[in-house]
Amino acid sequence: MSHTKTTILMALLGMSIMVFIILNLLLGSVKIPVDAIFNILMGSTEESRIWTNIIIKSRLPQSLTAAMAGAGLGVSGLLMQTVFRNPLAGPSVLGISSGASLGVAFVVLLSGSIGGVALSKLGVIGEVTITLSAIAGSLLIMALIAFVAQKVRGNVTLLIMGVMIGYIANAIIGVLKFFSAEEDIRAYVIWGLGSFSRVSGGQTTVFIILMLLLLPTSFFLIKTLNLLLLGDSYAKNLGLNIKKARLAVIACSGILVAVVTAYCGPVVFLGLAVPHICRGLFHTSNHAVVLPASLLGGASLALLCNLIARMPGFEGALPVNSVTALVGAPVVMWVLFNKRKKEL
Amino acid sequence: MTGYKETVRIKDLVTGYHSGKCDITVTDNINASLFSGELTCLLGPNGAGKSTLLKTLIGFVPPLRGEIIMESRPLATYSDQELAKVVGVVLTERLSVNNMTVEDLVSMGRSPYTGFWGRTDSHDQKIIDEAFSLVRIENLRHRMVQTLSDGERQKVMIAKSLAQETPIIFLDEPTAFLDYPSKVEIMRLLQTLAREKGKTIFLSTHDLELALQIADKIWLLDKEHGVTIGIPEDLSVNGDIGRYFKCEGVLFDIESGLFKINHPTNRRVALSGETPYTNIVRKALARHGISASENSRSDIEIRACAKGYYIGDACFRSVEDLLEALREH
Repeated sequence: MSHTKTTILMALLGMSIMVFIILNLLLGSVKIPVDAIFNILMGSTEESRIWTNIIIKSRLPQSLTAAMAGAGLGVSGLLMQTVFRNPLAGPSVLGISSGASLGVAFVVLLSGSIGGVALSKLGVIGEVTITLSAIAGSLLIMALIAFVAQKVRGNVTLLIMGVMIGYIANAIIGVLKFFSAEEDIRAYVIWGLGSFSRVSGGQTTVFIILMLLLLPTSFFLIKTLNLLLLGDSYAKNLGLNIKKARLAVIACSGILVAVVTAYCGPVVFLGLAVPHICRGLFHTSNHAVVLPASLLGGASLALLCNLIARMPGFEGALPVNSVTALVGAPVVMWVLFNKRKKEL
Repeated sequence: MTGYKETVRIKDLVTGYHSGKCDITVTDNINASLFSGELTCLLGPNGAGKSTLLKTLIGFVPPLRGEIIMESRPLATYSDQELAKVVGVVLTERLSVNNMTVEDLVSMGRSPYTGFWGRTDSHDQKIIDEAFSLVRIENLRHRMVQTLSDGERQKVMIAKSLAQETPIIFLDEPTAFLDYPSKVEIMRLLQTLAREKGKTIFLSTHDLELALQIADKIWLLDKEHGVTIGIPEDLSVNGDIGRYFKCEGVLFDIESGLFKINHPTNRRVALSGETPYTNIVRKALARHGISASENSRSDIEIRACAKGYYIGDACFRSVEDLLEALREH
C-alpha cells in the first residue's frame, strides 16, 4: 500500500473518532440541540443546567472513556498477537483480565461476608477500591506471567500457561461467589458486564490521564515488535534480546489491560478484533502503521459500540460487552473471508 | 580482495545441551577455523550434530566447553546487538509473517544499525538496494512474503543477511526443499558472495555432490570421527568422503567426485564402440546387474556407436530395445 493511501486511511480513522464523539454527545434519551452542545462545550453557562450536567458529567466523560479504553484494548491486543504470534491472542488470553476480575471479586464478594459492609453501598470509596483491586489483581497475574516468561522458551508454552492461570483465577472467583451474599454477587456480575460509564467525575479524569501517559509508551516498542514478527531466531540474530523484548511487550500490554479493565470492567472482543481489522485495512504487518491504526481504530470502534448501546430504545441498558461482540465478531469474519479470497 | 583472513576460530569446542543436571554432548572436541572469502560446507549424516554446531556458532546455544573466537573476540563477550553486526543467519524455519513486503523484510536486515524507531536513512537504503541487486531479486521487491516460493524466500533471506552487512554468514541447509537448478543457483550465489565480497560463508547441507563441486572447504562431521576438514579433492582422494558416507550399495567414485549406486552383477558381456555410447550402455547394463567391459570374455558382444546398438549383426535403435533383447538371450 502506498504512502499516501496509508495517510488518507489514517486520517479517515481519526475523523471517524471525531464524528463518533459528536454523535455520542448528540444522541441519548434527552434530546439536546447541536448548538446548545457546542455552547456548553465552549464553556457557556447560558444553556440549561440540566443539559450542561448531561453533557459535561455524563456524555462527554463516557465518550472519552470509551475512546481511551478502545485505544488501549486495540493496542494491547496487537501487542499480544505479535508477541505470541497467534491471531487468537487478545488481552484476555493471558489471564490478565481474569486477574482483574479476581481482584474485584476478592473485595466485592468478601467485603460483605467478612467486613459486614456491602461494598456496593459505599459510593465513591467503593469505586476507588474496585479500581485499585482490579489493578492489583491484574498486575499480580502479570508479574506471574512475566516470571514464567523468563523461565520457558516457547511462545506457545507461555500462552498455555497464561490460559491456565486464567482458569485458576476463574475457579477461585467461582469459589468466592459460593460464599458471598446475593447482592454482592449482583454487584460483581454488573461490573463484569463492562461499561464505559461506570466510573464518575474525577475518576474519569484520572483514567484519561493514565491512558494518555500509557498509550504513547507502546510506540517505543515499534522496532521490537517488527523484529518479533520474524520469529525468535531471526529477531535475536538481528540484535534483539528476546527475553527483555518479550517482557517489555507483555508488561506494556498488561498494564494497559489492567487499567482499562479496572475502570471499565472486562470489555471483551475489542482487543482481539481491532488489530485484525487494521491489518486487513492497511494490508501490512508493519507496526509503524498497524500500531497507530489499532489505537485509532480501537477508539473509533469502542465509540461506535457505545453509541449502539445507547441507541434510543436501549436507554443505556444494553451491556457494552454484548455490543462489542455483536459488532466485532462479524467484522473479523468479514476480514478473514476477504483475506482468504485474496490469497487464493 | 586482500588475502584470506581467519574470521572464526573454534578451540576444543564441545557442543550439546544441558538436560537437568547432566550434559548431553552432541559433538566433541572440535578445533577448526573459517576464513574470509571462502565458502565452507558442513556435511554429515542425519543426527551428526550439524544443526547443534551451527546453533552454537550463531550463539543460540551456549557451548558446553571450549571457545569460539569471532573476529578475534570470544563469542561469549558479544551482546546480541554487537553480534548482529558480525554474524548474519539464514535458517530453515519457515517465516510465519504475513502481509510484509520483501522490501520491508530485507530492510529489517538494517535493524542493528538503525536507531530507536527503526527508520532507514538514505545510507541504509543504498545498502538495501545493493543487497537486492547482488541477489538479483529486484523483481520481488513489492511481493508479499507469504506469496514467495521456497527458492525465492531463501534468496530474500540471503539479501536480508547482506543488508545486515556482516562479515560472516551462517546458513542452515539453504538448499533444502529446492529443485536442482535453484540449489545450484543458491550455491553459486553464495560462492560469488564469498569471492567478490570477501564474506565468510558457512553452511550445512545434504547436497554432497553439489558441495564437492562448489565448496572451498568441506567439514565432515560424524559421531565417531568428529570433524574432518579439507578441500573437496583431498577429502575425496584420501577416502574420507567415502568413509563418512559409507553405506551398503553406494560407492564414491573418486574420479568424477560423484556417488554411484553399486549394483551387484551376475552377468558379463563384452562391449566395444564409440564414446559416449559405450558409457551410456554400460550404465544401463549396470542397473540390470550386467557388467560390461571391452576385454571381458563373453559369448555376447555388444557394439555401440552413433548408428545404433548391435549384438552381433542385430541392430537396435534404442538402449531399451537392446536391454529387451539381452533379457531374452
